[in-house]
Amino acid sequence: MHTKTPDNDLIQLVLQGQSAAYAELVDRYKAFVFTIVLRYISSREDAEEVSQDVFVKAFRSLSDFKGASKFSTWLYTIVTTSCLTFLRKKKLDVQSLDNEKVFAAADNIDGGMSANQVEQKSRVAMVNEAIKMLSPDDAQIITLFYKGEQTLEEIAKILGKEPNAVKVQLHRARTRLKERLQKHFAAEVKDIH
Amino acid sequence: MAINSSPEQQSPDMESRLWDYIDGTSQEASAIEKLIAENSVWRAKYAELLDINSLVLATELEEPSLRFTKNVMEEIARLQITPAAKKYINTKIIWGIAAFFITVIVGFLGYGFSQVDWSSGTGGSSPVGIDFTSVDYSRMFSNSFVNLFMMINVILGLMLLDRYLAWKRKKLMNR
Repeated sequence: MHTKTPDNDLIQLVLQGQSAAYAELVDRYKAFVFTIVLRYISSREDAEEVSQDVFVKAFRSLSDFKGASKFSTWLYTIVTTSCLTFLRKKKLDVQSLDNEKVFAAADNIDGGMSANQVEQKSRVAMVNEAIKMLSPDDAQIITLFYKGEQTLEEIAKILGKEPNAVKVQLHRARTRLKERLQKHFAAEVKDIH
Repeated sequence: MAINSSPEQQSPDMESRLWDYIDGTSQEASAIEKLIAENSVWRAKYAELLDINSLVLATELEEPSLRFTKNVMEEIARLQITPAAKKYINTKIIWGIAAFFITVIVGFLGYGFSQVDWSSGTGGSSPVGIDFTSVDYSRMFSNSFVNLFMMINVILGLMLLDRYLAWKRKKLMNR
């Protein structure tokens, strides 16, 4: 039976000079990293470039990883700072948690979606769409919690916040997600119940 | 904790408590279980949130292009791992610099105090209870003492410079 090599063992191999072991770490986390980057940067090309940059930065600083936290927690910290740096460089609007413009923009998204298209969407794709309508902060926290295998404490470390604040933020994000689902995918939501 | 099951009053709180229960972080899990079992409003809300929870869990991650890993590996092939910060910061140099500055500060303070004419003050007595006028500073800060002090400082300074230059040369050779 094939068992997965622990992250820390792979890191030790890389630090001992076996750079090829890093490819396994990249394969393991590329989808997580890319998804979180996409929560900030909508262009797939830019998101891919930033994601690659995240792994290159992580490689260069690998000797600074002490193993006190999970590798993924440390990696997601680099993701967050890299995305913010990219947005600052591009001078794009970083939408904050309570930015009304975000919700106003999200409200207009369903305009281009025909009834047939909506019907064709699977329930999972519908949730994905609803997550895209959230602010980057909300989308990121939901992704970290549900898909990034991070606890509230670890998310707090990544975002530089208190665990209680993260708990409240996650709760608000889920409430807003539920509202988006009810508002934009009312028919499908009805099917859920 | 008292649990009020009135749906009108408890709706936001109910959701928050149910999310905690779903996340497994609730401190009142048995009370929530009881409410779900006995109260239809709580049961319906629980089913609704549980559905959203399972839907979010079922969402798929976005996949980057197939060349992604190859691109990263090509990029890092040209790079070296930066040594850990604690490895390239030589603590001996830090301590050397600290010793140098402490010696200079203490020396100058001592010299400054030795130049003060304590007897010309209006108070007459020292505020710290030490009679500085009785200390013969001229014996402590004789010419030979000052010369020795300066000599030690110069030697320490040269040692620091030497270490810095050696470290820089080593770094250049490693490149």
